[in-house]
Amino acid sequence: MPLRDDTGPIPDDWTRVEPGAPLARRSLLALEDAEARGEALEGVAPEALGLAIPNDTERARLAPWLSRVSLIAVAFPAFNDGRGFSLARALRAKGYAGRLRAAGPVIADQYAYLRECGFDEVEIPEALAARQPEAQWAAAAKRVGLAYQQGYDGRRNILAARAEARER
Amino acid sequence: MYRYDEFDAAFVEARAAEFRGQVARRLSGALTEEEFRPLRLMNGLYLQLHAYMLRVAIPYGVLNGGQMRALAEISERYDRGYGHFTTRQNIQFNWPKLRDAPDIIDDLAKVGMHAIQTSGNCIRNTTTDPFAGVAPDEIEDPRPTCELIRQWSSLHPEFTFLGRKFKIAVTGAEADRAAIRVHDIGVQLVRNAAGEPGYRLFVGGGLGRTPMIGKVIRDFLPKADLLPYLEACLRIYNLFGRRDNKYKARIKILVHEVGIEEYARLVEEEFAAMDGTAAPDAAEVARIEAYFAPPAYRERPATSALFERMKREDAGFAAWARRNVHPHRVPGYAAATISLKPIGGAPGDATAEQMRMMAEVAERWSLDELCVTHEQNIVLPHVALDDLYAVWTRLRAQGLDAANRGLVTDIIACPGLDYCALATARSIPVAQMIAERFTDQALQEKIGPLSIKISGCINACGHHHVGHIGILGLDKAGVESYQITIGGDATETAALGDRTGPGFSYEEVTGAIGALVETYLERREAGETFLQCYRRLGMDAFKERLYAAA
Repeated sequence: MPLRDDTGPIPDDWTRVEPGAPLARRSLLALEDAEARGEALEGVAPEALGLAIPNDTERARLAPWLSRVSLIAVAFPAFNDGRGFSLARALRAKGYAGRLRAAGPVIADQYAYLRECGFDEVEIPEALAARQPEAQWAAAAKRVGLAYQQGYDGRRNILAARAEARER
Repeated sequence: MYRYDEFDAAFVEARAAEFRGQVARRLSGALTEEEFRPLRLMNGLYLQLHAYMLRVAIPYGVLNGGQMRALAEISERYDRGYGHFTTRQNIQFNWPKLRDAPDIIDDLAKVGMHAIQTSGNCIRNTTTDPFAGVAPDEIEDPRPTCELIRQWSSLHPEFTFLGRKFKIAVTGAEADRAAIRVHDIGVQLVRNAAGEPGYRLFVGGGLGRTPMIGKVIRDFLPKADLLPYLEACLRIYNLFGRRDNKYKARIKILVHEVGIEEYARLVEEEFAAMDGTAAPDAAEVARIEAYFAPPAYRERPATSALFERMKREDAGFAAWARRNVHPHRVPGYAAATISLKPIGGAPGDATAEQMRMMAEVAERWSLDELCVTHEQNIVLPHVALDDLYAVWTRLRAQGLDAANRGLVTDIIACPGLDYCALATARSIPVAQMIAERFTDQALQEKIGPLSIKISGCINACGHHHVGHIGILGLDKAGVESYQITIGGDATETAALGDRTGPGFSYEEVTGAIGALVETYLERREAGETFLQCYRRLGMDAFKERLYAAA
């Protein structure tokens, strides 16, 4: 399914590996599967390992994996189910430094928020990509905005801008 | 009052441009109606029974004359020449066209206004005490806190697709005129034993189909911690709140199901792990507070001979002064309520001419400030006692002089079946019938403080659960049926009303209210309000007459 980040459409070099199936060059595993494989995953480099998780995954359950994987794909069952925003934010707060993917029917209008909460890329269904072509995502990615919230990435922070203006 | 700086203005302009693009993409089909829905809701645009409805944000209810004039202008240019002030201290227009919505948003931006987050599953307009900044009993002005929350909650990247809407109210006084205990989060300014300012926080209150009184989550939170703490509260709600059923998705259900202790534990754990970056620096807080510094009052004697004389000479003015004029912390000044509840009118409605009149009065006699109240009236916060008679005379010319603030005819009502797609019964005509039964000013004053609140469906936009008398309009097999509750209270002694029993028909409901009021008048002790009387006597005393009459 179409994948994009700030640079535009990108190839997906991850393979969603079915539970118990042989690993690929870069394997995206469901959390339960990864847990079930246990010791078999020891020695697999983080570059080759990713986790696909639902958006109600307990954060404590993810803690042991944060340094062992280089991709976490958070499922968005619907664009208006916003749990993924908080989950991403929480993972970044816990120090997760790998890539974060929003996987599901998110819309271009949410792109800035996704980025600000810590997502790097979005993977959307074909039908949605057809309806919201790349130009709309590119425009959303380029939109220069202002934000009031501190501690989130992305838009220019209004409070910081005010502080700069005060110093001038 | 707060005024936009260049950054606030740029933020609102960017949002207006984004919304224009979203409307275009909806019209082109790039956005489905399902996808467009939360985006338009986040810009205050509802699809109602007959047309779109646009709800404009009035942050914590405060606006100036120029902004009120702009609202009048919009109501004429794009609507039918009137607007409806709401219980969230906002205004809504009932007849705009989708294609006009981006132009309306642009017109609003020109006067520093917008419709951001007046609906949708996000953090809504923060509300407060309409006497904020002038109430003599205030510990501290709540408006700087409201403004901090307004900024922090605007297009929040993490909390814009919540499970359900989220409402925050702030009060600066112990006497709660902002109904903070029936909000998702209620914020009360307090001082601790050392005299330091901070907040007491309530969580999990709300009305709707499952009404609940909020519970204290923190007795004292240092002021600087407010935004990080709110962030923790919202994150826990966003992660753990139910998504399987929209009627169980408010935070009150989460708090009820896991218990306040467990919810508080999760929030405190989250808060403890945060690094404090969410908190604004002291310079930003000071910048906001400066906007709310007391305005340039003139030094005046504490009493006004003119005011006293006109009260003696004009009984109509005297009644208005008794009911609609409120104490002010500055000698020689008062706050005055413009009632939007004339007998026979639709509660909260104002015509363009009336809006212009209110703007003019505010500019001339209230230091260019107005405040919309959650009771759907308008407060002029800074009127010199000497000027009150002139203000009243002017207001009277537009029928804005009803002397009924807090009385039986000062009724809160949702738009109901006349406008709303969700409604199951009419609200406005019920309010009108009841008001007409109690037209007599002397009778109204004899009855004293009595709040009647009417909702046209179980979503409770008319706050009927916390009316001293609440009326809920339902649909019983195609016939309107009105359920009555008594004993509700939205203040610091908050309580949910108790149901009297079977409902009443549209024709019966006014008589039923009459029976309740008569019971009270007969049974009350000296100085006892309706609410106190009910609390003393209990339901049976009222029920007897109520159902005997029916």
